Amino acid sequence: MVSAIFVVLLLVIGIYCILATYNLIRVLIGVEILIKAVTLLIIAAGRQNGNMALAQAMVVSIIVIEVVIMTIAVGVVIGIHRYNNSLDSRKIRKLKG
Amino acid sequence: MYALLILAPFLGSFILNLPFRKVNKRLSFGVCAALFLLQMAVILIPDFGLNKINPAALANIFNFDLGVDALSKVMLFCTGLVAFVTLCTSSFFLKDGDDKFNFANVLLIAVSGMNGIVLAQDIFSLYVFLEITAVASFILIAFNREELGLEGAFKYILLSSIATVLMIAGIALFFLVSGSTHFAVIHSALLAQDKSLLINLAIALFVSALFIKGGLMPFHGWLPDAYSSAPAASSVFLAGIVTKAAGVYVLIRMLVSLVGFSLTLKSVLLFVGAFSAIIGAIAALTQTDFKRMLSYSSISQIGYIMLGVGTGTVLGLAGAALHIFNHAVFKSLLFMNSAAVEKALGTRDTSKMGGLGSQMPVTGLTSVLGSLSCAGIPPLAGFWSKLIIIIALWSAGFKTYAVIAILGSVLTLAYFLSLQRSVFFGKLNAEFRNIKEAGFSLLFPMILLGVITLGVGIFLPLVLDKFILSFNAVLGG
Amino acid sequence: MFLDLIILILLVIAALWTVMTRSLLRASLGLALVSAILTLIMFNMDASLAAVFELSVCAGLIPVLFISVISLTQPLTFKEALEHMRSRMARFWELPLLVLILGVILVLLSAKFKAKLPALETQASARFVLWHLRQLDLLGQIIILFGGVFGVAVLFKERKKRG
Repeated sequence: MVSAIFVVLLLVIGIYCILATYNLIRVLIGVEILIKAVTLLIIAAGRQNGNMALAQAMVVSIIVIEVVIMTIAVGVVIGIHRYNNSLDSRKIRKLKG
Repeated sequence: MYALLILAPFLGSFILNLPFRKVNKRLSFGVCAALFLLQMAVILIPDFGLNKINPAALANIFNFDLGVDALSKVMLFCTGLVAFVTLCTSSFFLKDGDDKFNFANVLLIAVSGMNGIVLAQDIFSLYVFLEITAVASFILIAFNREELGLEGAFKYILLSSIATVLMIAGIALFFLVSGSTHFAVIHSALLAQDKSLLINLAIALFVSALFIKGGLMPFHGWLPDAYSSAPAASSVFLAGIVTKAAGVYVLIRMLVSLVGFSLTLKSVLLFVGAFSAIIGAIAALTQTDFKRMLSYSSISQIGYIMLGVGTGTVLGLAGAALHIFNHAVFKSLLFMNSAAVEKALGTRDTSKMGGLGSQMPVTGLTSVLGSLSCAGIPPLAGFWSKLIIIIALWSAGFKTYAVIAILGSVLTLAYFLSLQRSVFFGKLNAEFRNIKEAGFSLLFPMILLGVITLGVGIFLPLVLDKFILSFNAVLGG
Repeated sequence: MFLDLIILILLVIAALWTVMTRSLLRASLGLALVSAILTLIMFNMDASLAAVFELSVCAGLIPVLFISVISLTQPLTFKEALEHMRSRMARFWELPLLVLILGVILVLLSAKFKAKLPALETQASARFVLWHLRQLDLLGQIIILFGGVFGVAVLFKERKKRG
């Protein structure tokens, strides 16, 4: 119950980081904080309902997936840097929503 | 036996990466094509040899919990079909042997992930396979490592990660209230408890995550960028099946097996569906970039699927499933047409084109078929699915939405007519006098999909009752 | 209980520092710190398997990944960095305030909020659940790792000269 409050706070920090920054790596760091928040939520949920074994199994899967996604994302960021010599998202907005 | 649909593509790609790479590179196309065709055969032919494998024999080795109904069969078939045509497209566009090999492998991973999504009976396993599909599509978008592709991929990664976070939060809350992640357990737990704040929050988180994944209108920002910046073969695959499997299918599965249709959910779905259908069509009207126009058209068609789902009736669900199939066929076809035109002309700007029908007859003809099917003109396949959706809306009492759906159809016809006029009809631009039709490996899948559109449109009415009846089990179960 | 609360507050402070610090390098280290504190919380909640994973992978591997990108991309000059820092402060000063206010509101709200939750007791160990009941997830993990390998092969491949 107490953890849920902190999960919300972490989510707010992560989203703020994604919205307010112009640096692609910082955007990824924001995403990481969001994932940390939901990991905490799952563990807290497992603690609450007593099924900690399943919660741990889920967290292990999430961590593996997180690493793979971050690797791909970092590869993409390096690719973008190769073209623009910059990680500033203001300079590389070629695509418009 | 359905466990094989997940295992086979993965093992296929595993075996291709064993030693003897030179031989494997030549084999890769054949292996993939065979696997995708097998997948279609398994669904289409009930007496097919693979279907006779005793499930108990496999259950001794793996403890997988999978389930199949009419909806998943439609999805599995579409996945096989779109993957097959994507493979053909990639072999036309990629010249380098290494590239072809890598593309085939990533495609296999993606197909394995999507089969997992469709078959999973556990909300967390579903999430794991969703991520597999997502990772494969990130790679496919950035495949050529061109500037726009990388940028589109980054946008997709960002929005997809946010959707993922929302989804895990939803899963955690479902897990909190039920103590498990299995569909059936959660479903009974939700029935037992009143709709508390916590459950509503979980549902809202999950649905909004799927709206992002499916590219519905308020959350569509990434979709036109990702589709239009991706390499030709990748955009065929993404538009044809990935968003439908990752967004729309999961949404339907969640509604059907997990939470059931409540009045609020229905009205949210109908509103978002109608909004996407209309605004997507209007946005498509204003585009001059061939692929961007098709992307907005995708958003609009996904809106239609949502309208069908939002009725919550068997008829609406069947219409939605049929529209998913039709959309997979005609949108893949149209993206292939756009790829052929782009390859021949070197531009995607429709305002510079004109009269290409005489130079590229097959591309022109199939794109007319695709556009008319998308606009819902009889006797093409798209007509039936739109008709079913509109009838379902009307008979469920959502008459306003039925009228909106018809209006959207007219808009669809409008933008496709203007596209056809500016690209394939009219006067031929002098500088494009000596362009040639695309090669056989691109023309073959185009003709295949064109024939499917026409054939399904003509022969579907014969089996329509059976098709719709098979969805009784989906809602009942 | 009191100790738990302090660790959780530390977690939020670490996250804030990660987001607000002006150097990217420190932000990556801050992320490692967040992971490390999360590991503590997990140990505290008897989730030792997950905690080991979190510590080794998230606190170890991911910051390394970020630091390698940062070292590949050029650092800013001093003047640019100063400019950058000022604009960052302008954008980020509200965040701690926001977090604080939101925290107070949530604490007040949570006093009113009561949910009926099931209390099951399962005795299965995490290892058993992972290896026997969640085989589909394990297969998924293997496939996604395989996909990641291809991603690296495609994205980091040396660009061939094309004629």
